[in-house]
Amino acid sequence: MSENITHRTAPAVAETPEGISGQGFFATSIEKAVGLARKNSLWPLPFATSCCGIEFMATMASHYDLARFGSERLSFSPRQSDLLMVMGTVAKKMGPVLREIYIQMAEPKWVIAVGACAASGGIFDTYSVLQGIDRVIPVDVYVPGCPPRPEQIIDGILKIQELVGNEPLRRRHSKEYEELMKQYNME
Amino acid sequence: MYQINSERNQLVVTKLTNQFTEAIESNEIMADMLCISIKKEAILQALLFLRDDNELQFNFLTTLCGMHYPEQQQLGLVYHLHSFRNNHRIRIKTTTDINDPTFPSSTALWPAANWMEREAFDFFGILFSDHPNLKRILNVEEMKDFPLRKDFPLEDQTREDKDDRMFGR
Repeated sequence: MSENITHRTAPAVAETPEGISGQGFFATSIEKAVGLARKNSLWPLPFATSCCGIEFMATMASHYDLARFGSERLSFSPRQSDLLMVMGTVAKKMGPVLREIYIQMAEPKWVIAVGACAASGGIFDTYSVLQGIDRVIPVDVYVPGCPPRPEQIIDGILKIQELVGNEPLRRRHSKEYEELMKQYNME
Repeated sequence: MYQINSERNQLVVTKLTNQFTEAIESNEIMADMLCISIKKEAILQALLFLRDDNELQFNFLTTLCGMHYPEQQQLGLVYHLHSFRNNHRIRIKTTTDINDPTFPSSTALWPAANWMEREAFDFFGILFSDHPNLKRILNVEEMKDFPLRKDFPLEDQTREDKDDRMFGR
């Protein structure tokens, strides 16, 4: 009495974007193709300073497995990563370090602030703790929680993927982006 | 806890009193350890004596930290000394007026005092004359305040979106 095991012969890797398809060809805009490629192969740089980092380790491990979303390749060099994941309390003294790491990352780059501390300083309402990393670098997605569960971190990554997939190719050259960088005293 | 050695304690008190007489302000057993208050003017000589006396041999500075007494308008220092030879620990306290927060540096006696004195400067604004490198050690260098003084506000001054009720205030 064994159960039948069925294997999916053609697992869906990524959704096909809008486009025109015919026999032997598929045409879409380059923006969509680039977005599709980028969002499903994000290289995260983990900047884990405390307990949220432990949750992130669980997120990366087999049970939650971030690899399912194309982000299994962690990069420990900022120059080779697309996504800066800040997880944990950032002391004021760490602020310039974080900023330097962000500057070293090549465009296009995204930032996710995981946990209450990275987002706002959290319970550490004190002289030594940076009251949210958005005081030193721009943040794309905030994940609340203290610490957030791996599901929440995955949800944050999916939100980032949404941003990455839909980002216009011109965005990093736009006036708005330039102004945003100017706010943070970056070129 | 640490075992009280009354004989040793008595020896330290007697020797110090003989040597420095009126500079010794008080001595008591606090938290299982002998605690001696010494006037600021004599502190360095007293520490030197404790270190080099043949019977006492307090060769090791366990820790050194700052204190702030807002009611008395005083800043102070605590030295924890340890004699390896005699397995004996004592605590030395000294205070100064908050408007004259300078103590002699004990880096010449114990090089370990270097970073500890920098920490006391960093958090309490205590100055040490003859310190080789008196600058902030733990906090950001731009910081102007001394955060462990009692009049320093507990909550961060740069916060914007935090509700005091959520922090029990």
